[in-house]
Amino acid sequence: MSDTISLSRRFGSNSGQPVTRRDGIAKVTGSATFSADNHPDSLLYAVYATATIARGRVTRMDTAAAEAHPGIVLVMTPQNRPPLQGNPDDKPTFFSQRIEVLQDDTVRYAGQPVALVVGETLEAATEGARLLNPQYAMEKPRTGLDDAAAYTFEPAGFGTPANTVHGDVEAGHAAATASVDVSYTTSAMYHNAMETHAVVAKWNGDKLHLELPSQALTMTCHSMAYFFGIPPENVTLSSPYLGGGFGSKAFPIGPYVLAVLAARTLDRPVKLALSRNQMFGPVGHRGATRQRLRLGIDDQAALTVIDHSGLSETSTFDDFIEPAPNASQGLYKAGALRSTHSAVRLDIGTPGPMRAPGEASGSAALECAMDEMAEKAGIDPLEFRLLNYAEIEPGTGKPYSSKALRECYRQGAERFGWAGRPLQPRQMVDGDGMLTGWGMGTALFPCPMFMAEAEATLRPDGTALVETSAVDMGQGAWTSLAQIAADSLGLPLDKVEFRAGHSSLPDGGVAGGSGHTATAGSALHAAGSDVIRQLGELAAADPASPLHGSGNAGFVARDGLLMVEGDDSRSEPFADILARAGGVPLKGSGRGVRPPEAAEAHAMHSHGAVFAEVKVDSVLCQMRVTRMVGVFAAGRIINPRLTESQLLGGMIWGLSFALHEEARHDPRTGRIVNADLAGYHVPVNADVHGFEAITVHEDDPHVNALGIKGVGEIGTVGSVGAIANAIWHATGKRIRRFPIRIEDLLTA
Amino acid sequence: MKLFDFIQPATIDEALSAWRPGAAWLGGGTNLVDLMKTGAMQPDAVIDITRLPGLDRIETLPDGSTRIGALVRNATLAHDRDFAAAYPMVAEALLSGASGQLRNVATVAGNLLQKTRCPFFQEPAALCNRRDPGAGCDAMAAPGNSAILGWSDACIATNPSDFTVPLVALEAVAEVRGPQGMREIAVADLQPLPGSTPERDTALEPGELILALRLPARARSFAAHARYLKVRERTSFAFALASAAAALRIEGGLIAEARLALGAVAAKPWRLAEAEAMMTGKAPDAALFAEVAEAVLAMANSPDGQKWKIDLARNTAARALSMAAAGTPARIPALPASPFGTRIEDPQHV
Ligand SMILES: Cc1cc2nc3c(=O)[nH]c(=O)nc-3n(C[C@H](O)[C@H](O)[C@H](O)COP(=O)(O)OP(=O)(O)OC[C@H]3O[C@@H](n4cnc5c(N)ncnc54)[C@H](O)[C@@H]3O)c2cc1C
Ligand code: SF4
Repeated sequence: MSDTISLSRRFGSNSGQPVTRRDGIAKVTGSATFSADNHPDSLLYAVYATATIARGRVTRMDTAAAEAHPGIVLVMTPQNRPPLQGNPDDKPTFFSQRIEVLQDDTVRYAGQPVALVVGETLEAATEGARLLNPQYAMEKPRTGLDDAAAYTFEPAGFGTPANTVHGDVEAGHAAATASVDVSYTTSAMYHNAMETHAVVAKWNGDKLHLELPSQALTMTCHSMAYFFGIPPENVTLSSPYLGGGFGSKAFPIGPYVLAVLAARTLDRPVKLALSRNQMFGPVGHRGATRQRLRLGIDDQAALTVIDHSGLSETSTFDDFIEPAPNASQGLYKAGALRSTHSAVRLDIGTPGPMRAPGEASGSAALECAMDEMAEKAGIDPLEFRLLNYAEIEPGTGKPYSSKALRECYRQGAERFGWAGRPLQPRQMVDGDGMLTGWGMGTALFPCPMFMAEAEATLRPDGTALVETSAVDMGQGAWTSLAQIAADSLGLPLDKVEFRAGHSSLPDGGVAGGSGHTATAGSALHAAGSDVIRQLGELAAADPASPLHGSGNAGFVARDGLLMVEGDDSRSEPFADILARAGGVPLKGSGRGVRPPEAAEAHAMHSHGAVFAEVKVDSVLCQMRVTRMVGVFAAGRIINPRLTESQLLGGMIWGLSFALHEEARHDPRTGRIVNADLAGYHVPVNADVHGFEAITVHEDDPHVNALGIKGVGEIGTVGSVGAIANAIWHATGKRIRRFPIRIEDLLTA
Repeated sequence: MKLFDFIQPATIDEALSAWRPGAAWLGGGTNLVDLMKTGAMQPDAVIDITRLPGLDRIETLPDGSTRIGALVRNATLAHDRDFAAAYPMVAEALLSGASGQLRNVATVAGNLLQKTRCPFFQEPAALCNRRDPGAGCDAMAAPGNSAILGWSDACIATNPSDFTVPLVALEAVAEVRGPQGMREIAVADLQPLPGSTPERDTALEPGELILALRLPARARSFAAHARYLKVRERTSFAFALASAAAALRIEGGLIAEARLALGAVAAKPWRLAEAEAMMTGKAPDAALFAEVAEAVLAMANSPDGQKWKIDLARNTAARALSMAAAGTPARIPALPASPFGTRIEDPQHV
């Protein structure tokens, strides 16, 4: 017999264990059914025709040719689009954007749906859509930040004010003995999760079932119910797996609504899946920005002001303003802080949230400007950040709920070997003759909580069922949430059946804002605790239980046993308690939400420090990130394996932002010319070299009962600046646009 | 995509007689099928040549030359030990192209005849003289990674193939069969410059089929000093911004013969005999290579007047020559044709 005891008994905890993804085998063997893998009987295929110009009108489409093609059953254009019950220009929920559903013949961006073709096969529908061959009356497209006048709009991003000012900004500028005033440009970046957007829609009378990858199941159901004039409870949505979401699968897109409409019109199930190049348009993207940073320091190198303004692109028909300048709030101690946002309306799809929306772009500019300021002050960039370390949240004066950033800096610098870095650029050359540079950046990401509900059922056999419509979009929620649920019930993971990813379950909330584990996890924790509380009441009242009469002492549940708190000798298996109580299951429920008072009392953020090494060929100017160390303080870590994977993924995204991603528009038509993965570059394996992500210990008693912050997005923040700063340190050249390209270094 | 006839001939004769105007040969399909999906190419008939017998061999002929069947896969050729030892820069160029998966499927003839990656060629909604003669050229207003040599007002596209660059330097020929019988075409002549007829993007006549490529025996004499260098936007899996195949025959410390071809700078690999001749009889030296690179690019200009790509091509040519002079590495580096992982002897700072 083994002389070790099971992990869960030893620690009484599933949380903190590096459990592998519970859906991993299903995914790598292909048995996991993603939305587009569903093929209900008599399925039809829908393909939409996309506008190939960005601005103008469709004057003609060859619908006759499309209809005549074998296998075509429906060609839907603005002329014959059946009515929707809800106004398609409305936003049915808070997380919504105006959708494109063939309202009229106007073209507002390239990639916009201009017709929907439904066929018996995918090939027929594809060819039908091509045969439409739309003709246009084209107008000159506006796709650059200077192509239209700027305007301001409240709110920026989701819910933040367009202007935030703390302290006397002019006085801050006046007090500065040294300053930098720099502009950084970031490019438009498009969502390209491995799984493109897809829906399989099936009506049954006035009931609608959707197979649809969604980061927000309940809201998606509500939106669909609104557009189709049916009660929300008539819509069910199944979203067991997502091949990546990153913000693009948070709200319904126009093509989904068209597919559902086609299914209702034809009374047959309809599938629609976006092609790769259709991802460049209607699914949201990270809008391009131009940001101006004015920093001032006094003669002690203390920041007197951080003045951050940003211009972002948005569409002509909706407002989503990348809240980049907000990245300067909450991080460095400064006499005065100002973040202002403005936007320009361009002939593009509406931007939307993309992993660390605002934080990624804003931090890129801020961390570079901080590096420029440190250079000017003649101080090591890490030293400069420590000199301006904020002990309380700058501006608001709130205490941080927890902040182990100093420890991140310390461990990161040590692990990376930052000490001894020459202050001047262009000092280091490696054995191959490559210029070598080191740069760093700070990462900050808020820890919001939304609202989620969960239920837990303890079955008479001592196993449990927990339910919430939470979303595993690849991040591993299926696994880490189950770990939390098991702990709340005092059961090992394999005794807990975890159901998620279906709208009929209690509302699991939104997988976004890096708040899903905190929110849905809190709901699960509350539901499990509710069951254990009831179980305790049963046992305490039951004369046959060894726990009889100990109700006041309180109980703990561990490994299927209920025990008196502080006295392990008094315990009883769950199943025994339930058996004597009539063998009926015990049901509990819980909510995950942060009380407003708690949210008010503290500033709540995850923090991190990222260090990068970049090598640059001095003559050819090809660049390569050769090492990257990210150290993060993100509260309690439920699953270190999944956390590391999230953080590494975020850092790789930072690399992608710094050196690769950029959508380029054709000046004549406004079309994105590199709308495929051969032309739109993201890093390949050979680019991801020597990456390390580490977490430091952080106990946070305020964020939520579990002490969970969030790790989904913070990896990207700080990484972009670290890389750009390393490129400067290698070459002595400041490139103030992203991505940094070979041609930029060659011409600098 | 458009409906088409799919024909799978069993013999070369059958294949040739199956051909008709509007048909396309299908090799690995990694380029043709992509373009059919976007609609940039719309053949009425697709003739799958991958079952034709006898075209998948790498042979050494009695005169020492090497014959590579048209259907040999890119990966097979690059990983053939004898081939890589004899023509190291060809293997290195192949391994620097595309990805492992693509190289496993792509055929050598298909690689040679792949279409330009000009994004306006690939998108049927764009105006493109090469795809649609007389339509105009959208690339002119957005040149990006365009040609800097040999372009015309009609077309500024480049040839994207890495493999072709060392083949041109080594004077490879293609063996071609068509309705008129067999003939040979120098690989250097396979891709005409655009002039006023960019739609003529190959010297093959309609219905002609490449059966094999041949590398002359002489090309082996460069094996000790031959490198391919490719500058690209990421470490792997990206087309070149500029590339160069450089080969030197060094005898008694002096360059007896030199070859240099540049990629991604024109509608075909660019080779200048005068520039190569500048090196004959000289000792290999960075200053000499810089002069040679200067000479090759002397005529360069870019459609948008930007200099960076010309500078990059020049620096790439000079570096490739330095790398060749330093000697072919015992094995192809883990990052083939990359500036990374190769010692730079003489970094001239920009
Ligand atoms: C994402 C991506 C990245 C890539 N990156 C690179 C890169 O970095 N470097 C690089 O060099 N290449 C790159 N490639 C291109 C790749 O090398 C080519 O697609 C491939 O070599 C074509 O070979 P194939 O056999 O698949 O050709 P096919 O697609 O079958 O054919 C290509 C063309 O050649 C014609 N053809 C084929 N065989 C014959 C024959 N025997 N006789 C006459 N005509 C013929 C076809 O009709 C067609 O027009 C990339 C491709 C992709 C998709
Ligand atoms: S450069 Fe050539 S291939 Fe590109 S659009 Fe112009 S004509 Fe077409």
